[in-house]
Amino acid sequence: MIRLWAWRAAAWSLGLLPLALGLKSILQGRLGANPVEFVEHFTGDWTLRLLLATLAMTPLRMLTGLTEPIRVRRILGLWTFAFLCLHFLTYLVFDLSFSMTQLAEDLVKRTYITLGFTAWLLLLALALTSTVGWQRRLKRRWITLHRLIYPAALLGAIHYLWLVKADTREPLIYLSILLVLLGFRLPWQRLMGRQRARASAKVDP
Amino acid sequence: MLIKVAHPFPIKPSEITPEVVHADRRRFLRQAGLATAGAALFGYGPAKSVGAEAELAPLNVARKSEMAGGETVTPYADITHYNNYYEFGTAKEDPSRNAGRLRTRPWSVVVDGECEAPGHIDIDDLLKPQALEERIYRHRCVEAWSMVAPWVGLPLADFLKRFRPTSKAKYVAFETLYDRQQMPETARGVLDWPYREGLRIDEAMHPLAFLSVGLYGRVLPNQDGAPLRLTLPWKYGFKSIKSIVRVRFMERQPEVTWNKMAPDEYGFYSNVNPAVDHPRWSQAQERRLGELFKRKTLMFNGYPEVASLYTGMDLRRFF
Repeated sequence: MIRLWAWRAAAWSLGLLPLALGLKSILQGRLGANPVEFVEHFTGDWTLRLLLATLAMTPLRMLTGLTEPIRVRRILGLWTFAFLCLHFLTYLVFDLSFSMTQLAEDLVKRTYITLGFTAWLLLLALALTSTVGWQRRLKRRWITLHRLIYPAALLGAIHYLWLVKADTREPLIYLSILLVLLGFRLPWQRLMGRQRARASAKVDP
Repeated sequence: MLIKVAHPFPIKPSEITPEVVHADRRRFLRQAGLATAGAALFGYGPAKSVGAEAELAPLNVARKSEMAGGETVTPYADITHYNNYYEFGTAKEDPSRNAGRLRTRPWSVVVDGECEAPGHIDIDDLLKPQALEERIYRHRCVEAWSMVAPWVGLPLADFLKRFRPTSKAKYVAFETLYDRQQMPETARGVLDWPYREGLRIDEAMHPLAFLSVGLYGRVLPNQDGAPLRLTLPWKYGFKSIKSIVRVRFMERQPEVTWNKMAPDEYGFYSNVNPAVDHPRWSQAQERRLGELFKRKTLMFNGYPEVASLYTGMDLRRFF
Protein backbone atom coordinates (compact mmCIF):
# COMPACT_ATOMS: atom_id res chain seq x y z
CA MET A 1 0.00 0.00 0.00
CA ILE A 2 2.76 2.42 0.99
CA ARG A 3 4.58 1.40 -2.17
CA LEU A 4 1.55 2.31 -4.32
CA TRP A 5 1.36 5.73 -2.63
CA ALA A 6 5.03 6.32 -3.40
CA TRP A 7 4.42 5.45 -7.06
CA ARG A 8 1.40 7.75 -7.17
CA ALA A 9 3.36 10.61 -5.62
CA ALA A 10 6.12 10.06 -8.18
CA ALA A 11 3.63 10.11 -11.06
CA TRP A 12 2.00 13.30 -9.80
CA SER A 13 5.34 15.04 -9.34
CA LEU A 14 6.31 14.10 -12.89
CA GLY A 15 3.39 16.26 -14.02
CA LEU A 16 3.45 18.92 -11.32
CA LEU A 17 7.19 19.64 -11.29
CA PRO A 18 7.49 20.75 -14.94
CA LEU A 19 4.30 22.76 -14.50
CA ALA A 20 5.82 24.50 -11.47
CA LEU A 21 9.10 25.04 -13.34
CA GLY A 22 7.23 26.58 -16.26
CA LEU A 23 5.22 28.88 -13.99
CA LYS A 24 8.38 29.88 -12.17
CA SER A 25 10.03 30.88 -15.46
CA ILE A 26 6.95 32.91 -16.42
CA LEU A 27 6.79 34.71 -13.07
CA GLN A 28 10.48 35.50 -13.12
CA GLY A 29 10.29 36.73 -16.68
CA ARG A 30 12.93 34.22 -17.75
CA LEU A 31 11.33 33.19 -21.02
CA GLY A 32 13.97 34.83 -23.19
CA ALA A 33 13.50 36.96 -26.28
CA ASN A 34 10.62 34.90 -27.67
CA PRO A 35 8.32 33.88 -24.79
CA VAL A 36 5.64 32.29 -26.97
CA GLU A 37 8.19 30.04 -28.63
CA PHE A 38 9.59 29.17 -25.20
CA VAL A 39 6.16 28.07 -23.94
CA GLU A 40 5.46 26.13 -27.14
CA HIS A 41 8.76 24.27 -26.93
CA PHE A 42 8.48 23.72 -23.18
CA THR A 43 4.96 22.25 -23.31
CA GLY A 44 5.80 20.25 -26.45
CA ASP A 45 8.93 18.75 -24.89
CA TRP A 46 7.08 17.77 -21.72
CA THR A 47 4.17 16.26 -23.65
CA LEU A 48 6.64 13.94 -25.36
CA ARG A 49 8.55 13.16 -22.15
CA LEU A 50 5.36 12.33 -20.23
CA LEU A 51 4.09 10.29 -23.16
CA LEU A 52 7.30 8.24 -23.10
CA ALA A 53 6.97 7.85 -19.32
CA THR A 54 3.39 6.59 -19.78
CA LEU A 55 4.50 4.11 -22.42
CA ALA A 56 7.38 2.97 -20.21
CA MET A 57 5.00 1.56 -17.58
CA THR A 58 4.14 -1.68 -19.39
CA PRO A 59 7.81 -2.58 -20.09
CA LEU A 60 8.57 -1.67 -16.48
CA ARG A 61 5.99 -4.16 -15.27
CA MET A 62 7.33 -6.80 -17.64
CA LEU A 63 10.88 -6.26 -16.38
CA THR A 64 10.18 -5.93 -12.64
CA GLY A 65 6.98 -7.90 -12.22
CA LEU A 66 5.54 -5.02 -10.16
CA THR A 67 1.91 -4.01 -10.69
CA GLU A 68 2.27 -0.39 -9.48
CA PRO A 69 3.49 0.96 -12.86
CA ILE A 70 0.17 -0.08 -14.43
CA ARG A 71 -1.78 1.52 -11.59
CA VAL A 72 -0.17 4.94 -12.09
CA ARG A 73 -0.31 4.79 -15.88
CA ARG A 74 -3.56 6.79 -16.08
CA ILE A 75 -2.12 9.64 -13.97
CA LEU A 76 0.81 9.94 -16.37
CA GLY A 77 -1.45 9.68 -19.41
CA LEU A 78 -3.71 12.46 -18.18
CA TRP A 79 -0.73 14.71 -17.41
CA THR A 80 0.50 14.06 -20.94
CA PHE A 81 -2.87 15.21 -22.25
CA ALA A 82 -2.81 18.29 -19.96
CA PHE A 83 0.56 19.41 -21.37
CA LEU A 84 -0.61 18.68 -24.90
CA CYS A 85 -3.67 20.92 -24.29
CA LEU A 86 -1.43 23.74 -23.04
CA HIS A 87 0.76 23.27 -26.12
CA PHE A 88 -2.21 23.37 -28.50
CA LEU A 89 -3.80 26.31 -26.66
CA THR A 90 -0.60 28.41 -26.87
CA TYR A 91 -0.56 27.84 -30.64
CA LEU A 92 -4.29 28.65 -30.96
CA VAL A 93 -4.06 31.87 -28.93
CA PHE A 94 -0.68 33.36 -29.84
CA ASP A 95 0.09 31.94 -33.28
CA LEU A 96 -3.44 31.99 -34.68
CA SER A 97 -5.20 34.58 -32.48
CA PHE A 98 -8.07 32.04 -32.37
CA SER A 99 -8.63 32.31 -36.13
CA MET A 100 -10.43 29.14 -37.22
CA THR A 101 -9.86 29.89 -40.90
CA GLN A 102 -6.12 29.98 -40.23
CA LEU A 103 -6.36 26.74 -38.27
CA ALA A 104 -8.15 25.12 -41.21
CA GLU A 105 -5.49 26.44 -43.58
CA ASP A 106 -2.66 25.11 -41.37
CA LEU A 107 -4.38 21.71 -41.07
CA VAL A 108 -4.52 21.40 -44.84
CA LYS A 109 -1.15 22.94 -45.77
CA ARG A 110 1.23 22.15 -42.91
CA THR A 111 1.77 18.45 -42.46
CA TYR A 112 3.40 18.78 -39.04
CA ILE A 113 0.30 20.64 -37.80
CA THR A 114 -1.95 17.94 -39.28
CA LEU A 115 0.04 15.25 -37.47
CA GLY A 116 0.05 17.12 -34.15
CA PHE A 117 -3.65 17.90 -34.34
CA THR A 118 -4.51 14.26 -35.10
CA ALA A 119 -2.47 13.17 -32.09
CA TRP A 120 -4.41 15.65 -29.95
CA LEU A 121 -7.76 14.26 -31.22
CA LEU A 122 -6.65 10.70 -30.42
CA LEU A 123 -5.48 11.62 -26.92
CA LEU A 124 -8.73 13.57 -26.38
CA ALA A 125 -10.69 10.38 -27.01
CA LEU A 126 -8.42 8.47 -24.62
CA ALA A 127 -8.66 11.14 -21.90
CA LEU A 128 -12.47 11.20 -22.13
CA THR A 129 -12.73 7.41 -21.84
CA SER A 130 -10.09 7.09 -19.14
CA THR A 131 -12.59 6.76 -16.27
CA VAL A 132 -13.54 3.48 -14.57
CA GLY A 133 -17.11 4.01 -15.80
CA TRP A 134 -16.00 3.98 -19.44
CA GLN A 135 -13.71 1.06 -18.75
CA ARG A 136 -16.73 -0.96 -17.58
CA ARG A 137 -18.98 0.23 -20.35
CA LEU A 138 -16.52 -0.61 -23.14
CA LYS A 139 -15.25 -3.86 -21.59
CA ARG A 140 -12.69 -5.52 -23.88
CA ARG A 141 -13.12 -2.84 -26.54
CA TRP A 142 -11.61 -0.35 -24.04
CA ILE A 143 -8.22 -2.02 -24.39
CA THR A 144 -8.48 -1.96 -28.18
CA LEU A 145 -9.45 1.73 -28.09
CA HIS A 146 -6.59 2.66 -25.80
CA ARG A 147 -4.07 1.08 -28.15
CA LEU A 148 -4.55 4.36 -30.06
CA ILE A 149 -1.81 5.72 -27.79
CA TYR A 150 0.71 3.98 -30.10
CA PRO A 151 -0.21 5.85 -33.31
CA ALA A 152 -0.70 9.05 -31.27
CA ALA A 153 2.84 8.79 -29.87
CA LEU A 154 4.32 8.14 -33.31
CA LEU A 155 2.44 11.14 -34.73
CA GLY A 156 3.74 13.32 -31.88
CA ALA A 157 7.35 12.28 -32.41
CA ILE A 158 7.15 12.76 -36.19
CA HIS A 159 5.42 16.13 -35.67
CA TYR A 160 8.57 17.29 -33.83
CA LEU A 161 10.96 15.77 -36.37
CA TRP A 162 9.07 17.42 -39.24
CA LEU A 163 9.34 20.99 -37.97
CA VAL A 164 13.04 21.31 -37.14
CA LYS A 165 15.18 23.15 -39.66
CA ALA A 166 18.44 21.18 -39.74
CA ASP A 167 19.35 19.79 -36.33
CA THR A 168 17.37 16.56 -36.00
CA ARG A 169 19.28 15.19 -33.00
CA GLU A 170 16.65 15.84 -30.30
CA PRO A 171 13.58 14.68 -32.22
CA LEU A 172 15.48 11.54 -33.25
CA ILE A 173 16.30 10.80 -29.60
CA TYR A 174 12.58 10.96 -28.71
CA LEU A 175 11.70 8.81 -31.71
CA SER A 176 14.32 6.17 -30.87
CA ILE A 177 13.20 5.86 -27.24
CA LEU A 178 9.62 5.56 -28.47
CA LEU A 179 10.54 2.79 -30.91
CA VAL A 180 12.36 0.88 -28.16
CA LEU A 181 9.32 1.18 -25.88
CA LEU A 182 6.99 0.06 -28.65
CA GLY A 183 9.41 -2.75 -29.53
CA PHE A 184 8.94 -4.17 -26.03
CA ARG A 185 5.33 -4.82 -26.88
CA LEU A 186 5.98 -7.06 -29.84
CA PRO A 187 5.29 -10.70 -29.01
CA TRP A 188 9.00 -11.56 -28.91
CA GLN A 189 8.57 -14.90 -27.16
CA ARG A 190 6.16 -16.10 -29.78
CA LEU A 191 8.42 -14.81 -32.60
CA MET A 192 11.55 -16.32 -31.06
CA GLY A 193 9.73 -19.54 -30.25
CA ARG A 194 8.63 -19.92 -33.84
CA GLN A 195 12.18 -19.32 -35.07
CA ARG A 196 13.58 -21.86 -32.64
CA ALA A 197 10.94 -24.36 -33.71
CA ARG A 198 11.84 -23.72 -37.34
CA ALA A 199 15.57 -24.06 -36.62
CA SER A 200 15.14 -27.34 -34.81
CA ALA A 201 12.81 -28.58 -37.54
CA LYS A 202 15.65 -28.07 -40.02
CA VAL A 203 18.18 -30.01 -37.95
CA ASP A 204 15.97 -32.89 -36.85
CA PRO A 205 14.82 -34.75 -39.97
CA MET B 1 25.10 64.49 -36.24
CA LEU B 2 21.69 62.95 -36.67
CA ILE B 3 20.37 62.85 -40.20
CA LYS B 4 16.80 61.69 -40.65
CA VAL B 5 16.52 59.98 -43.99
CA ALA B 6 13.08 60.31 -45.52
CA HIS B 7 12.01 56.80 -46.20
CA PRO B 8 8.94 55.41 -47.95
CA PHE B 9 7.29 53.08 -45.51
CA PRO B 10 3.94 51.31 -45.81
CA ILE B 11 2.90 51.72 -42.16
CA LYS B 12 1.38 55.03 -41.11
CA PRO B 13 3.18 56.65 -38.13
CA SER B 14 -0.21 56.82 -36.39
CA GLU B 15 -0.40 53.03 -36.39
CA ILE B 16 2.77 52.58 -34.41
CA THR B 17 2.41 52.39 -30.65
CA PRO B 18 4.44 55.13 -28.94
CA GLU B 19 7.37 53.71 -27.05
CA VAL B 20 6.13 55.09 -23.72
CA VAL B 21 2.83 53.24 -24.03
CA HIS B 22 4.60 50.13 -25.26
CA ALA B 23 7.06 50.13 -22.35
CA ASP B 24 4.27 50.74 -19.88
CA ARG B 25 2.27 47.80 -21.22
CA ARG B 26 5.22 45.52 -20.47
CA ARG B 27 5.60 46.97 -16.96
CA PHE B 28 1.88 46.37 -16.37
CA LEU B 29 2.11 42.77 -17.55
CA ARG B 30 5.16 42.18 -15.42
CA GLN B 31 3.50 43.55 -12.33
CA ALA B 32 0.32 41.63 -13.01
CA GLY B 33 2.43 38.49 -13.19
CA LEU B 34 4.16 39.38 -9.95
CA ALA B 35 0.92 39.93 -8.11
CA THR B 36 -0.14 36.34 -8.63
CA ALA B 37 -0.03 34.14 -5.62
CA GLY B 38 2.65 31.90 -7.09
CA ALA B 39 5.20 34.71 -6.99
CA ALA B 40 5.46 34.36 -3.23
CA LEU B 41 6.37 30.70 -3.64
CA PHE B 42 9.32 31.23 -5.92
CA GLY B 43 10.52 34.76 -5.28
CA TYR B 44 11.20 37.30 -8.00
CA GLY B 45 14.52 37.52 -9.79
CA PRO B 46 15.04 40.24 -12.39
CA ALA B 47 15.53 39.17 -16.00
CA LYS B 48 19.10 38.54 -17.08
CA SER B 49 20.90 41.85 -17.52
CA VAL B 50 22.94 42.93 -20.51
CA GLY B 51 26.13 41.31 -19.22
CA ALA B 52 29.78 41.76 -20.04
CA GLU B 53 29.20 42.54 -23.72
CA ALA B 54 28.32 46.11 -22.75
CA GLU B 55 32.06 46.52 -22.14
CA LEU B 56 32.81 46.05 -25.83
CA ALA B 57 34.70 48.95 -27.42
CA PRO B 58 32.54 51.90 -28.49
CA LEU B 59 32.70 52.95 -32.14
CA ASN B 60 32.84 56.43 -33.66
CA VAL B 61 29.62 56.87 -35.57
CA ALA B 62 29.67 59.71 -38.09
CA ARG B 63 25.99 59.64 -38.98
CA LYS B 64 22.81 57.90 -37.98
CA SER B 65 19.87 56.86 -40.15
CA GLU B 66 16.58 55.56 -38.85
CA MET B 67 15.42 53.13 -41.55
CA ALA B 68 12.81 51.02 -39.79
CA GLY B 69 9.87 53.42 -39.99
CA GLY B 70 10.32 54.58 -36.41
CA GLU B 71 9.57 51.16 -34.98
CA THR B 72 10.78 50.29 -31.48
CA VAL B 73 14.36 49.04 -31.48
CA THR B 74 14.74 45.53 -29.98
CA PRO B 75 16.60 45.52 -26.63
CA TYR B 76 20.32 44.70 -26.76
CA ALA B 77 19.84 41.68 -24.49
CA ASP B 78 17.40 40.10 -26.97
CA ILE B 79 19.53 40.81 -30.05
CA THR B 80 22.49 39.18 -28.30
CA HIS B 81 20.77 36.21 -26.65
CA TYR B 82 18.52 34.99 -29.45
CA ASN B 83 20.80 34.08 -32.35
CA ASN B 84 21.06 31.64 -35.19
CA TYR B 85 24.77 30.97 -35.53
CA TYR B 86 24.97 27.19 -35.97
CA GLU B 87 28.78 27.14 -35.71
CA PHE B 88 28.18 27.79 -32.01
CA GLY B 89 25.15 25.52 -31.52
CA THR B 90 21.65 25.24 -32.90
CA ALA B 91 19.61 26.50 -29.93
CA LYS B 92 18.92 30.23 -29.89
CA GLU B 93 20.81 30.84 -26.64
CA ASP B 94 23.81 28.62 -27.60
CA PRO B 95 25.77 31.31 -29.50
CA SER B 96 25.63 33.74 -26.55
CA ARG B 97 27.16 31.00 -24.39
CA ASN B 98 29.68 29.53 -26.85
CA ALA B 99 30.80 32.36 -29.14
CA GLY B 100 33.29 33.61 -26.51
CA ARG B 101 35.76 31.15 -28.06
CA LEU B 102 35.84 33.12 -31.31
CA ARG B 103 39.06 35.16 -31.72
CA THR B 104 38.26 38.27 -33.73
CA ARG B 105 41.86 39.65 -33.77
CA PRO B 106 43.93 39.33 -35.84
CA TRP B 107 41.33 39.06 -38.61
CA SER B 108 41.73 39.48 -42.30
CA VAL B 109 39.42 39.00 -45.24
CA VAL B 110 40.66 37.45 -48.47
CA VAL B 111 39.12 39.00 -51.58
CA ASP B 112 39.68 37.43 -54.98
CA GLY B 113 38.00 36.26 -58.17
CA GLU B 114 36.87 38.55 -60.99
CA CYS B 115 38.47 41.78 -59.79
CA GLU B 116 41.48 43.96 -60.67
CA ALA B 117 42.78 44.40 -57.14
CA PRO B 118 42.53 41.09 -55.30
CA GLY B 119 44.22 40.70 -51.96
CA HIS B 120 43.53 40.52 -48.29
CA ILE B 121 42.58 43.25 -45.92
CA ASP B 122 43.10 43.41 -42.18
CA ILE B 123 39.99 44.38 -40.24
CA ASP B 124 41.81 47.21 -38.43
CA ASP B 125 43.23 48.61 -41.66
CA LEU B 126 39.71 48.62 -43.01
CA LEU B 127 38.19 50.32 -39.97
CA LYS B 128 40.83 52.94 -39.06
CA PRO B 129 40.27 55.34 -41.97
CA GLN B 130 36.60 54.40 -42.43
CA ALA B 131 33.78 56.77 -41.44
CA LEU B 132 31.16 54.51 -39.88
CA GLU B 133 27.43 55.03 -39.93
CA GLU B 134 24.56 53.64 -37.92
CA ARG B 135 21.48 52.21 -39.63
CA ILE B 136 18.37 51.00 -37.86
CA TYR B 137 17.00 48.14 -39.93
CA ARG B 138 14.20 45.64 -39.61
CA HIS B 139 15.47 42.02 -39.58
CA ARG B 140 13.22 39.14 -40.61
CA CYS B 141 14.27 35.53 -40.02
CA VAL B 142 13.06 32.74 -42.32
CA GLU B 143 11.67 31.10 -39.15
CA ALA B 144 9.02 33.88 -38.96
CA TRP B 145 10.42 35.96 -36.10
CA SER B 146 11.79 39.46 -36.49
CA MET B 147 13.51 42.35 -34.71
CA VAL B 148 14.76 45.88 -35.22
CA ALA B 149 18.48 46.46 -34.74
CA PRO B 150 20.84 49.48 -34.82
CA TRP B 151 23.82 48.28 -36.86
CA VAL B 152 27.06 50.19 -37.27
CA GLY B 153 29.08 49.72 -40.43
CA LEU B 154 29.55 50.83 -44.02
CA PRO B 155 27.74 50.34 -47.32
CA LEU B 156 28.76 46.97 -48.78
CA ALA B 157 29.34 48.70 -52.14
CA ASP B 158 32.06 50.94 -50.60
CA PHE B 159 33.90 47.84 -49.43
CA LEU B 160 33.51 45.87 -52.67
CA LYS B 161 34.59 48.74 -54.95
CA ARG B 162 38.04 48.84 -53.30
CA PHE B 163 38.87 45.62 -55.13
CA ARG B 164 37.64 46.93 -58.50
CA PRO B 165 35.38 44.11 -59.71
CA THR B 166 35.58 43.54 -63.48
CA SER B 167 32.65 43.28 -65.90
CA LYS B 168 32.84 39.51 -65.45
CA ALA B 169 31.85 39.86 -61.78
CA LYS B 170 28.16 38.97 -61.98
CA TYR B 171 27.96 37.57 -58.45
CA VAL B 172 29.72 37.87 -55.08
CA ALA B 173 30.27 34.91 -52.80
CA PHE B 174 30.97 35.16 -49.05
CA GLU B 175 32.35 32.64 -46.58
CA THR B 176 32.25 32.43 -42.78
CA LEU B 177 35.25 31.34 -40.73
CA TYR B 178 35.39 27.56 -40.26
CA ASP B 179 37.67 26.55 -37.43
CA ARG B 180 36.99 23.39 -35.42
CA GLN B 181 39.04 24.69 -32.49
CA GLN B 182 37.03 27.86 -32.05
CA MET B 183 33.78 26.26 -33.20
CA PRO B 184 33.68 22.73 -31.71
CA GLU B 185 29.95 22.45 -32.49
CA THR B 186 30.83 22.22 -36.19
CA ALA B 187 32.10 18.67 -35.52
CA ARG B 188 28.44 17.58 -35.64
CA GLY B 189 28.08 18.53 -39.28
CA VAL B 190 24.56 19.93 -39.01
CA LEU B 191 25.41 22.07 -42.05
CA ASP B 192 28.03 21.73 -44.78
CA TRP B 193 30.77 24.02 -43.41
CA PRO B 194 32.10 26.57 -44.08
CA TYR B 195 28.87 28.57 -44.19
CA ARG B 196 28.56 30.21 -47.60
CA GLU B 197 26.32 32.92 -48.98
CA GLY B 198 26.07 34.89 -52.18
CA LEU B 199 24.45 37.83 -53.94
CA ARG B 200 24.00 39.03 -57.47
CA ILE B 201 26.40 41.95 -58.01
CA ASP B 202 23.58 44.51 -58.37
CA GLU B 203 22.07 43.32 -55.07
CA ALA B 204 25.44 43.61 -53.38
CA MET B 205 25.96 47.14 -54.76
CA HIS B 206 22.47 48.31 -53.71
CA PRO B 207 22.65 51.18 -51.21
CA LEU B 208 20.66 49.15 -48.63
CA ALA B 209 23.22 46.31 -48.56
CA PHE B 210 25.34 46.96 -45.48
CA LEU B 211 28.52 45.56 -43.98
CA SER B 212 28.12 45.68 -40.20
CA VAL B 213 30.95 45.85 -37.69
CA GLY B 214 28.97 47.10 -34.69
CA LEU B 215 25.70 47.01 -32.80
CA TYR B 216 24.22 49.61 -30.46
CA GLY B 217 27.23 51.88 -31.00
CA ARG B 218 29.78 49.26 -29.95
CA VAL B 219 31.84 46.55 -31.62
CA LEU B 220 29.74 43.55 -32.68
CA PRO B 221 29.36 40.84 -30.01
CA ASN B 222 30.77 37.53 -31.29
CA GLN B 223 27.37 35.82 -31.36
CA ASP B 224 26.08 38.50 -33.75
CA GLY B 225 28.80 37.83 -36.29
CA ALA B 226 31.93 39.71 -35.16
CA PRO B 227 34.07 41.18 -36.50
CA LEU B 228 32.14 41.81 -39.72
CA ARG B 229 28.96 40.53 -41.26
CA LEU B 230 26.44 41.39 -43.95
CA THR B 231 23.14 43.08 -43.14
CA LEU B 232 20.58 42.70 -45.91
CA PRO B 233 17.29 43.94 -44.47
CA TRP B 234 15.06 42.88 -47.41
CA LYS B 235 16.23 39.24 -47.32
CA TYR B 236 15.69 36.48 -44.79
CA GLY B 237 18.23 36.66 -41.99
CA PHE B 238 20.34 33.67 -43.04
CA LYS B 239 21.51 35.62 -46.14
CA SER B 240 23.23 38.11 -43.80
CA ILE B 241 26.32 35.96 -43.36
CA LYS B 242 28.41 36.35 -40.18
CA SER B 243 32.16 36.54 -39.37
CA ILE B 244 33.27 36.82 -43.00
CA VAL B 245 36.78 35.63 -43.94
CA ARG B 246 36.49 35.40 -47.70
CA VAL B 247 34.85 37.32 -50.53
CA ARG B 248 34.98 36.19 -54.14
CA PHE B 249 33.72 37.91 -57.29
CA MET B 250 32.26 35.30 -59.64
CA GLU B 251 30.87 35.01 -63.13
CA ARG B 252 28.46 32.22 -62.17
CA GLN B 253 25.96 32.00 -59.33
CA PRO B 254 27.79 30.61 -56.29
CA GLU B 255 26.61 27.67 -54.21
CA VAL B 256 25.06 28.82 -50.93
CA THR B 257 24.71 26.72 -47.77
CA TRP B 258 20.98 26.55 -47.04
CA ASN B 259 20.04 26.25 -50.70
CA LYS B 260 22.43 23.31 -51.05
CA MET B 261 21.02 21.75 -47.88
CA ALA B 262 17.33 22.00 -48.92
CA PRO B 263 16.87 23.53 -52.40
CA ASP B 264 13.07 23.33 -52.26
CA GLU B 265 12.97 25.26 -48.99
CA TYR B 266 15.65 27.96 -49.31
CA GLY B 267 16.19 29.77 -52.59
CA PHE B 268 19.29 31.68 -53.72
CA TYR B 269 17.46 35.00 -53.51
CA SER B 270 15.46 34.43 -50.29
CA ASN B 271 13.82 37.84 -50.40
CA VAL B 272 11.26 38.42 -47.67
CA ASN B 273 7.96 37.69 -49.40
CA PRO B 274 4.68 37.17 -47.50
CA ALA B 275 3.07 35.67 -50.62
CA VAL B 276 5.54 32.78 -50.99
CA ASP B 277 5.34 30.30 -48.12
CA HIS B 278 8.14 28.11 -46.86
CA PRO B 279 7.04 24.56 -47.78
CA ARG B 280 6.51 23.76 -44.11
CA TRP B 281 5.25 27.06 -42.68
CA SER B 282 3.60 30.34 -43.65
CA GLN B 283 5.63 33.48 -44.32
CA ALA B 284 2.58 35.77 -44.23
CA GLN B 285 3.12 36.68 -40.60
CA GLU B 286 5.98 37.05 -38.15
CA ARG B 287 6.52 37.43 -34.42
CA ARG B 288 8.49 40.56 -33.51
CA LEU B 289 10.71 39.89 -30.50
CA GLY B 290 9.01 41.61 -27.57
CA GLU B 291 5.50 41.10 -28.95
CA LEU B 292 3.14 38.24 -28.12
CA PHE B 293 0.88 38.18 -31.16
CA LYS B 294 1.99 37.89 -34.76
CA ARG B 295 2.07 40.80 -37.18
CA LYS B 296 1.84 40.88 -40.97
CA THR B 297 5.06 40.41 -42.90
CA LEU B 298 5.77 43.17 -45.44
CA MET B 299 6.93 42.61 -49.03
CA PHE B 300 10.74 42.92 -49.09
CA ASN B 301 10.41 43.37 -45.31
CA GLY B 302 9.07 46.89 -45.94
CA TYR B 303 11.92 48.02 -48.24
CA PRO B 304 10.14 48.54 -51.58
CA GLU B 305 13.15 50.41 -53.02
CA VAL B 306 14.79 47.05 -53.83
CA ALA B 307 11.85 45.96 -56.02
CA SER B 308 13.52 47.32 -59.18
CA LEU B 309 16.29 44.70 -58.76
CA TYR B 310 13.75 42.02 -59.54
CA THR B 311 11.61 43.56 -62.30
CA GLY B 312 10.34 40.92 -64.67
CA MET B 313 11.35 38.04 -62.41
CA ASP B 314 8.82 35.47 -61.23
CA LEU B 315 9.43 35.66 -57.48
CA ARG B 316 7.64 32.34 -56.93
CA ARG B 317 10.22 30.64 -59.08
CA PHE B 318 13.17 32.69 -57.91
CA PHE B 319 12.27 32.57 -54.22
